[in-house]
Amino acid sequence: MTNVEKQTFWERNRKSGGYLLRKKVRAFLFRFARAILIIGLCFLILQPLINKLSITLRSEADLYDTTVITIPRHFSIESYRFAFMIMGVKKAMKTSFFLAIGVALSQVLSCTLIGYGFARFKFPFKRLLFGCVILTIIVPPTTLITPLYLYVQRFDIFGIFKLIFGKPLNLYGSWVPYILMCLTGTGYKSGLYIYLLRQHFRNEPKELEEAAYVDGCGKLRTFFQILLPGAVPIMVSVGLFAFVWQWTDKIYSRVFFPSTKWALISDQLNNIAASVEGYYRAIYGEAAKPPQAFSNQITAAGTLITLAPLLVIYVLAQKNFVESISQSGIKA
Amino acid sequence: MNESLNESKDLAAEKLEDLEQSVEDNATEEKTMDEMMEEFEAMESAMDRDAAMAAASTVPVAKKRRNLARGNAISGLIFVSPFIIGFLLFLLYPLQLSLRMCFCKVDAIPGAGLRLTWNNYDNFNKIFRVEPEFLQYLVEEMKRMALFVPGILVFSFFMAILLNQEFKGRTIVRAVYFLPVILASGVFVGLENNNALLSSIKDATKADSSLSSITTTLEKILLTGETGNKFFQYIIDIVGQVYDIAMASGIQIIIFLSGLQTIPPSMFEAAKIEGCTSWESFWKITFPLIGSMILVNVIYTLVDFFTRTDSNLMGLFDRTLLQRFEYGKVAAMSWVYFLIIAAILGIVMLIFSRRVYYYD
Repeated sequence: MTNVEKQTFWERNRKSGGYLLRKKVRAFLFRFARAILIIGLCFLILQPLINKLSITLRSEADLYDTTVITIPRHFSIESYRFAFMIMGVKKAMKTSFFLAIGVALSQVLSCTLIGYGFARFKFPFKRLLFGCVILTIIVPPTTLITPLYLYVQRFDIFGIFKLIFGKPLNLYGSWVPYILMCLTGTGYKSGLYIYLLRQHFRNEPKELEEAAYVDGCGKLRTFFQILLPGAVPIMVSVGLFAFVWQWTDKIYSRVFFPSTKWALISDQLNNIAASVEGYYRAIYGEAAKPPQAFSNQITAAGTLITLAPLLVIYVLAQKNFVESISQSGIKA
Repeated sequence: MNESLNESKDLAAEKLEDLEQSVEDNATEEKTMDEMMEEFEAMESAMDRDAAMAAASTVPVAKKRRNLARGNAISGLIFVSPFIIGFLLFLLYPLQLSLRMCFCKVDAIPGAGLRLTWNNYDNFNKIFRVEPEFLQYLVEEMKRMALFVPGILVFSFFMAILLNQEFKGRTIVRAVYFLPVILASGVFVGLENNNALLSSIKDATKADSSLSSITTTLEKILLTGETGNKFFQYIIDIVGQVYDIAMASGIQIIIFLSGLQTIPPSMFEAAKIEGCTSWESFWKITFPLIGSMILVNVIYTLVDFFTRTDSNLMGLFDRTLLQRFEYGKVAAMSWVYFLIIAAILGIVMLIFSRRVYYYD
């Protein structure tokens, strides 16, 4: 044994007939190529963010200075302060946050149950119902926006409310219908979550449940005690998706929430250029227009502000939903 | 007219069902849970039978089986019931209203909603014969799909395999690759487009790169050759769009990665001991076992591609809806679009579900 350790690399290489060297070189080349590829693509994804960060940290003079490329000459966080003010960030974030949390939790709850039902049980009209789920995934949002908007304003279940109150309910601007839709698996992108969770439960080994049934475990208890723990990672991912997509959604939420009452952060960001213009007009008179570079800087600052909470949540949840997604039931 | 439409809708629904069925059939080639349970029940009853009950036991067993199937159906329906309620409550009415709007002239009446007047196939006539942009955008979208969807799938599969290997800083790199899930969603998408300064910078860099660089020279050399021109053109197009592809493949990478991690490492070890090279074990182990994930990803990518908000077609829908207020036309356009998507998804599912292998 000691003999082997004492041999130098070149001696061992000579003994193996050059194989060792070739292997080492090949492994190094592979690692090198992989590193270049990975770092390059990372840069590709991060570059817009870096660019925005660099733009927002400049003082106004630097914006027009062509010699400033990435690192600002005069640092300033004025743009963030302005964006904060003009977007009403505090209030908007609070509203968006509670809405997104509510949506994410109710989506995860309902879609897990529904996904499990589709994955494991046989019941009449199953294919028709799953067809409906697929339908909700592939219908373009524009198809539904106008009818839903009208429907929410004059909400009625088969004429029941009309009988009781004399007229249909106007639920526009209330969170009730939106959360109810999420709770019933018909919310924004719910179909997709149902599909993902169904696919997850289908891949779980059936032996687990059978063992539970043999031991006299009921269906609900089997689901909650045996299958749910294994599904936590995918549920976390679904919850994260639901949160992110609700946070950044600018189309679907508008159907339910008037922007005057519910200032959502996504809406505020979407209208930021107009707000900046309005601000300029209010101060410098009707004809005034904000300089293009300035308005772009504020937009970038607004984007980063909107992005920041998502990044925090993402970093916190990332490990959970990627690293442990592998734990499959039969090994546990 | 209404009936014929309903018929075609039914047909589409049937198609979907058939597809589902073929998926189901594939999955149920192994013993389904019910059968197993039934077998188990039968065994149990066989054990009971040894005493005096032997003669009378056949009737209760049959009954028991039926009860079991019914119990299964009921609990299945209970699990799925939220969706049934939600669909009936929230989606049925909007869906049928928008379907009706396809065939109607729609006027908005302030305070009272919409008035629908029947006008036969006028909307369809308009979108196909009068509206200049619709067909053009539709064809463009299909072309883009043929370019993007395979590109995204191959890219994300490749990246998932890379990210599944051991190397330093893997967690950080993974985090970066999943960032597009956030960056390419909702508001963030539209903002870049109407940002004049950024787009002018983009144009400038584009013009720059066409002057003289290794890639353009390579492109010229490859394209002047006689053979495989189209293939090279395709590859070059994809490479040119690599930013868009990377931005669109965050979730696909996650799905593939989770699939890769469910493959037990012992399989690769066994294959290695038997003398499999890593190339062989990729095609013989990784590829078949990740089949179901490929199906999920193909469907996800297609749906995500078709319903993304920054396409020309969606822009046309938005313009028609929010600026010209032509509800009927929008409804007709989006239903045509929807039927095309459904058909494509159906074909893809049909092709893939036959080949998918479920590992139990």
